[in-house]
Amino acid sequence: MKRTIPLLLAMSAGFVMIVAFFIPATLTWGEKVSIWFDILASIAFILGGGNLLKVQLKKISDKTAGWGYSVITVVAFLVMLFVGLTKFGVNPNPAFPAHGHWAGQYNEIGSPFWWLYEYMFKPLQATIFAMLAFYVASAAFRAFRAKNFEAILLLVTAFIILLGRTAAGVFLTDFISADSGFQGLRLENFTGYIMDVFNTAGNRAIMIGIALGTASVSLKILLGVDRSYLGSGEE
Amino acid sequence: MAQLMTLGITAAFLILLTFAVISWTNFFKTIDRRWVFLLMLFSVAVPVYVIGKTKQTFPEKALPLAQAVFDEIEKLNEGDKVLLAFDFDPGSEGELGPMATMFAFHCATKKLKMYFIALWPLGRQMIDDNIEKVIKPDFPEMIYGEDYMNLGFKAGNEGVINVIVTDIKQLYTTDAYGRDINQIPMMEGIDNIQQMDLILNVSAGFPGTKEWVQYAVTPFPHQIRLVGGCTGVQAPLLYPYIPEQLPGLLAAIKGASEYESLVIGKYGGDGISGKYLEAQRRMGPQLVAHVLMVLLIIAGNIIYFVERTREARP
Amino acid sequence: MSRENRIWLIVFLIGAAALLGRAMFSSQGMAKAYVHAVEVDRVQVADPDADDETATKWISAEDAQTQGITLPAKGSDDRITWTRYDNSNYTAYSKAVAANQTDYQFSPSRTIGTWIAALFTLFVLSFLIRDNPLYKVAESLFIGISAAYWMVVQFWDQITPNLIGNLSPTLVRNWAMPGLGADFQQDLVYIIPGILGIMLLWRLAPKGGWISRWPMAFFIGTFCGLRLVRYLQSDFLTQIRNSIEPLYVKSVKTAADGSAVLDAAGNPLTGFDVWDSLANVILIIGVLSCLVYFFFSFEHKGIVGKTAKLGIWFLMITFGAAFGYTVMGRIALLAIRLEFLFDDWLWLIDPTDKRVEAVVSMLGLY
Repeated sequence: MKRTIPLLLAMSAGFVMIVAFFIPATLTWGEKVSIWFDILASIAFILGGGNLLKVQLKKISDKTAGWGYSVITVVAFLVMLFVGLTKFGVNPNPAFPAHGHWAGQYNEIGSPFWWLYEYMFKPLQATIFAMLAFYVASAAFRAFRAKNFEAILLLVTAFIILLGRTAAGVFLTDFISADSGFQGLRLENFTGYIMDVFNTAGNRAIMIGIALGTASVSLKILLGVDRSYLGSGEE
Repeated sequence: MAQLMTLGITAAFLILLTFAVISWTNFFKTIDRRWVFLLMLFSVAVPVYVIGKTKQTFPEKALPLAQAVFDEIEKLNEGDKVLLAFDFDPGSEGELGPMATMFAFHCATKKLKMYFIALWPLGRQMIDDNIEKVIKPDFPEMIYGEDYMNLGFKAGNEGVINVIVTDIKQLYTTDAYGRDINQIPMMEGIDNIQQMDLILNVSAGFPGTKEWVQYAVTPFPHQIRLVGGCTGVQAPLLYPYIPEQLPGLLAAIKGASEYESLVIGKYGGDGISGKYLEAQRRMGPQLVAHVLMVLLIIAGNIIYFVERTREARP
Repeated sequence: MSRENRIWLIVFLIGAAALLGRAMFSSQGMAKAYVHAVEVDRVQVADPDADDETATKWISAEDAQTQGITLPAKGSDDRITWTRYDNSNYTAYSKAVAANQTDYQFSPSRTIGTWIAALFTLFVLSFLIRDNPLYKVAESLFIGISAAYWMVVQFWDQITPNLIGNLSPTLVRNWAMPGLGADFQQDLVYIIPGILGIMLLWRLAPKGGWISRWPMAFFIGTFCGLRLVRYLQSDFLTQIRNSIEPLYVKSVKTAADGSAVLDAAGNPLTGFDVWDSLANVILIIGVLSCLVYFFFSFEHKGIVGKTAKLGIWFLMITFGAAFGYTVMGRIALLAIRLEFLFDDWLWLIDPTDKRVEAVVSMLGLY
């Protein structure tokens, strides 16, 4: 029962989606299942938040190393959750002001929720991603070695793309006339050629391979051959 | 002549660099990576400062893919419906923010009816930011609900596309501001996104342009037309869809810059606000940083070959 | 104190002094935020378009006055006012001050926010030097805030309208979404995703975590069903079709002015297009050779091995292109952060003219 019903649920949901694609009369079933899928996806975020709280609170109660940072995480989480869920400091909706702040926009400009997003969340997330530029530079210097012909091909292509997609590429091959028969050798055009032909060929083959792999894994799951998503079965 | 001189100087610099690296191989081999970080910081910071101060940008020539995106929007007429899907967040705003801004500007200039939607939770904030940045200050005559509207965010990734491609009102019962979807004038007669004349997608990853192609364009190739912009990481992966499933694509900040130059070239005029030149400003740091990357790779390989030669000697 | 720490302390002290100096003694200052205070004044009036005679709607006081409606007193039940603070900039503030207007104001909360954003940016970047408590604080804050942000967005944008709204439209209409249509019907079948959602949350409970397998199975089954068809259609069949390109491409011959060259009968002259034909040949060879490489059921020897080798070369070019584009992407992200620091925080650059001092001439403000 613990494993059979989920198996049947997965099979039914999957086959409804497949049948809805081929039989127009069943389209509404597919739409319904998709909407339930969307609702469950949003509840999964709540599960994620709850799990974060559980893990951090355990770290605090066990006083593991760095538990002070867990306190910061929990406090930040609870403050953001409170101001967001209660629409704290939000103005009423101009179309329905009698409903007070509940009908207002939770992320209204000027509200505490917006303030935390604009001045904490946004800069932190953007900067964390910006750090990757530094690591790419360090990796380029330390790790990219032309050890064999294939590596040389990769590096030469990278050079052409790196230079061709900036003004440097235009400048370096500006001596080739844009109207001549060799204009394809101008770096900016050659870059386009590499992307349109070589890159497309490689990625198309990868895409076909992934599609076949996805189809086979999906079929295995829907037919009950692959049951790894059900867990170890100890509980 | 100037170009020949610069090429000559570049060649001389490369030769000097080679000699320096060969002479001090051990030093460069064991150099703290924080010096490389500092080099990268300066290679971006200095152009940002110089271009910010001088407001001078490099000239841009649009390549076919950016031209295709521009042409697709140009083909539309006043009152045509465009779905703008902003599937990105602040982590990718550096590359995609300018695309989103220019899409909104281009569509508003052509008086197209804009339907904003987001498949990323933070995409909703990106929509609000662009409405505040572009539509409200520069197109104050546009009325919410008649000229543009915000459908907001729904979770479910490709599940959302799968629903709205046949029935949008089942999922979107209200707009992002809690208004009944049936009371919004521009949603009258709209049952699904097949009725959109064009879909413009700004994509940072999953879900994004790939999902729009798979779940919207491919099942309905004659009803749905899609062009978009994506990050540099994603761009090479989308080329197989071009041009049959994806007629045009703005690839990374370069694509955004080319598209900016096309839109401003036609609609900008003198004194265009600096907020519409973001991508072109960012091409300056791109140039310097790319050259640095090439030099770092060359230097790293010189060290590798010198070491290999030394090991091969008896 | 070690030598390195002493150097960093000196750097910090110099930096702090420079920032203080710039903030307090430079002509414009730095990192100041301004807002435009807009009074929102709403009045409840009868709704002539509604079917119900007693129905009312809320309109702006300005529109009510235009329609000749007598405005109720401020603070009464039929008239609600509040102030909205929209983002503004120094340029607008400067013009307002020069024109003796007070609706543009300095915003202490957003100014503090700008400083906090800048400091957190530096805290995160400090990780490049080495791991340190400032970075850890920033990281901890980010984890907490982001998790809560996503939860709030899901609750208001999806769960409230699509789950609670379908189960009890009256409750949602009276509470948070008065705009929900009066004819929106209750749909009790949404109890199913509601129950599945509660089962999913059971995963957090100390016992009975197996219950969450049911919604997970539904989730995975739907996911697999969706992807199976779409991947085969879009990434398999369509890609094969897209790969079937002509190996002999004819193109219209054009004159120097771009117009088509015509033959004696007036039809456009066509000729063999070398470059497009070569591109198609390379594309097809590339796709086939890469696919041969991915075929691990055959040993890569002989002709198969040579074809697979060619496939590897194509893949190396693909990965080189991917690397080039990835670098491009990362650098743009760093550029926007530095723009924020130089523009919004330090006020060293102003590419979008946010801090243009208003000049009052004899004729007026410009």
